[in-house]
Amino acid sequence: MPPESSTTGRICCPATVISVKRLLRSTVAGLAVTLTASLAACGSGSGSGSEAGRPVTVFAAASLTESFTTLGDRFEAAHPGSTVTFNFGGSSALATQINEGAPADVFASAAPANMAAVTDAGTPATFARNQLVIAVGKGNPKGVTGLAALTGPRLKVALCAAAVPCGAAATTAIAAAGVTITPVTLEQDVKAALSKVRLGEVDAALVYRTDAKAAAADVDAIEFPESARAVNDYPIAVLTGARNTAGGQAFVDYVLSPEGLRVLTDAGFQAP
Amino acid sequence: MRKRRGGVPLPLLLPAAVGLIFLVLPLVGLLARTPWSSLLTRLAEPGVTQALRLSLWTSTLATLVCLVLGVPLAWLLARVEFPGRRLVRALITVPLVLPPVVGGIALLLALGRRGLVGSWLDSTFGITLPFTTAGVVIAEAFVALPFLVISVEGALRGADTRFEEAAATLGATRWVSFTHVTLPLVAPGIAAGAVLCWARALGEFGATITFAGNYPGITQTMPLAVYQTMESGDLEGAVVLSLILLVVSVTILAALRDKWLTAP
Amino acid sequence: MSLLDAALRVERGSFRLDIALSVAAGETVALLGPNGAGKTTALRALAGLTPLTGGHLRLDGRDLTEAPPEERPIGVVFQDYLLFPHLNARDNVAFGPRRHGVDRRAAHAVADRWLERVGLTGYSRRKPRQLSGGQAQRVALARALAVDPVLLLLDEPLAALDARTRLETRGELRRHLAAHPGAALLVTHDPLDALVLADRLVVVEQGRVVQEGDAATITARPRTDYVARLVGLNLFRGHGEGHTVRLPDGFTLATADPVHGDTFVAFPPAAVALHPTEPTGSPRNTWPAVLADIQRHGDSLRVSLDGPITVAADITPAAAAQLRLEPGVEIWVALKAAETRAYPAD
Repeated sequence: MPPESSTTGRICCPATVISVKRLLRSTVAGLAVTLTASLAACGSGSGSGSEAGRPVTVFAAASLTESFTTLGDRFEAAHPGSTVTFNFGGSSALATQINEGAPADVFASAAPANMAAVTDAGTPATFARNQLVIAVGKGNPKGVTGLAALTGPRLKVALCAAAVPCGAAATTAIAAAGVTITPVTLEQDVKAALSKVRLGEVDAALVYRTDAKAAAADVDAIEFPESARAVNDYPIAVLTGARNTAGGQAFVDYVLSPEGLRVLTDAGFQAP
Repeated sequence: MRKRRGGVPLPLLLPAAVGLIFLVLPLVGLLARTPWSSLLTRLAEPGVTQALRLSLWTSTLATLVCLVLGVPLAWLLARVEFPGRRLVRALITVPLVLPPVVGGIALLLALGRRGLVGSWLDSTFGITLPFTTAGVVIAEAFVALPFLVISVEGALRGADTRFEEAAATLGATRWVSFTHVTLPLVAPGIAAGAVLCWARALGEFGATITFAGNYPGITQTMPLAVYQTMESGDLEGAVVLSLILLVVSVTILAALRDKWLTAP
Repeated sequence: MSLLDAALRVERGSFRLDIALSVAAGETVALLGPNGAGKTTALRALAGLTPLTGGHLRLDGRDLTEAPPEERPIGVVFQDYLLFPHLNARDNVAFGPRRHGVDRRAAHAVADRWLERVGLTGYSRRKPRQLSGGQAQRVALARALAVDPVLLLLDEPLAALDARTRLETRGELRRHLAAHPGAALLVTHDPLDALVLADRLVVVEQGRVVQEGDAATITARPRTDYVARLVGLNLFRGHGEGHTVRLPDGFTLATADPVHGDTFVAFPPAAVALHPTEPTGSPRNTWPAVLADIQRHGDSLRVSLDGPITVAADITPAAAAQLRLEPGVEIWVALKAAETRAYPAD
């Protein structure tokens, strides 16, 4: 079985990304558990002889969905013959999958903690920083101005689960603001939290500025001062168990290049 | 004297054995990774009992909802000729082939705060279903209902309608024949359907997390707890939770099987 | 004055049932006919289980043509009884009274009384699967009678029983039918059941009544090949010309009864005599024939004979041996006119 069949392909259409991505991700998670043994077995057997034709498999945080998709396209254009496939998801889930032997060459996490959890991450480099905003419905129908507005029972709020970077950042920011927010749901990644705002099921969610920007057609982003206390560093690394180390390194170099930085800052990331 | 090997042809035996291994192997994998020493302490964790209780409670409620709605639906499909019956039957099987996540999105679009019916529920009664335990029950019932309808319809089709005719000649109206003759006749089929339905509801994940969200004590059922534990990098914890869910469901199914499904 | 007065018309695809039935109070009528004649359809139409496409149904002065089955005062004993498998014998019998508004205790009392009448007092707690065929038949009868039906319908009530049980049950059933104050209609393909149980026979073929009357008339004067076969007679139809009947192909049979016009001639196989050569003397009817088939029939042998007319003859095994009878043998047939019965066909 070719390893790439167990990872998601490139997802390029933001409108449909939520459902398809989630579905594929849960499939991947299931496969990652059940097929650990077989993947580990076929991973060790193949040599490093024919890396040229092999795609680069990148596991990346959900908040990188749009910017890395763009980066992948540009990378392929700059390196004819190469292909990049992505598996986007919550950073903690990706870390677990990698530890269970999922065939990743590169891991880009939304927080250093999740990178640290990956045992065979090489030497991570920080390539971007991200900050939280309050995503609200278009036109801000509830008149949200800051974190304090989210405390009452009147508003339904979605947060990321504490285990994923956006959740950890939200916890830090909320603590910094000295308020208590009772969310109605703890979503498994930032895109899921955002989608609840897009669907109108919640009134507000704490998401990354980049995610709110990508969904600007549906949501408004409310900046709040406490987000400066919870800035996420995004580390990227080629994995030591990579089957396409050269390709992986080339992709990491591209992300760290000025051109890569431009794509990321266009998406709303801050430079490291 | 040569002995026939039980008369089981190899072309049947071989795939059967592979099939069995295929089903059992992942369970073996789960057991092999189980940290047995910490099993009991994990079970005692309040979060675990909370999720387990919520799972058992919601899947039982979902099964009741399915029985109340599904048995009449199955009866209609099995007993009444009406235009578009084939279409209705096809529609009922849709949740079977629909990825549960898509089912959850569909539920949001119908019953969510901005949904077709949900917006009316919200504006008229102030009821919102997402992020509530009722939402979990609805998501579970949505994916489990086809299992009940299909098995009950099959039982109804297999049941001899002439018993209903006999009841009619004895003065029973159609409703009384249904309650006093048809239902007891197909009771094993209904029980089997309910068990399938309950098992499906208990394992429900995709539609629940999409429609009802994920909040401990309110909407975080065992499968969601497993997923969240796994996502947070705690594989061992996820394995333990899975095992608890597995043991509880298998125990309950085995008990029900003895009581209901193997009647003489 | 008949209790049941029905004209049943049911059309289903190419099949068409069109029969008129009337049954008096206390009378048992047997609907007799070959498979596919429409007997069961008629029974179902009477019970309201198959809708009529035409005709009417009046019972005890009430028009029930459009009434649903549960509103008809009609009890049915189904061919395979259809006892509710989840209920014991007593609850099966009590089912009808309960539906008619009788409370549980009174319904059980009714059931116990009926079970006693059919001789199953000790069996009230048994489930149908714990009953023998004969017992199940009696529970089914008790269940149908427990609602005091004006009309009792029985669909092949003995067909599912083995020969021995059948004999006993037939006798009992006759007793219960005689005691039933209402009308009873019995559907059967077995002439013996019909003859023993019914006061009057209605023979149905291909959805139509072909003959009706009491047992003596039907057995003596069959009017169709089916009835003739049932009662074991050779039957021919032709044109009566005094003491001869001319069959359509020109063959003539001499008869003792004087007849004119469209006529049936019937005679028993035992009246047919076989001779190795052309007989002389008294028999008025003789013709050469070829032996087609020979089979045991009780103590004698039944011989099928081809020739100008095809007839069955019963002879003793001794005679068969003497005549060296085997298929293909040419032989002479003799039939005394006095042994025939001729009667008008219209």
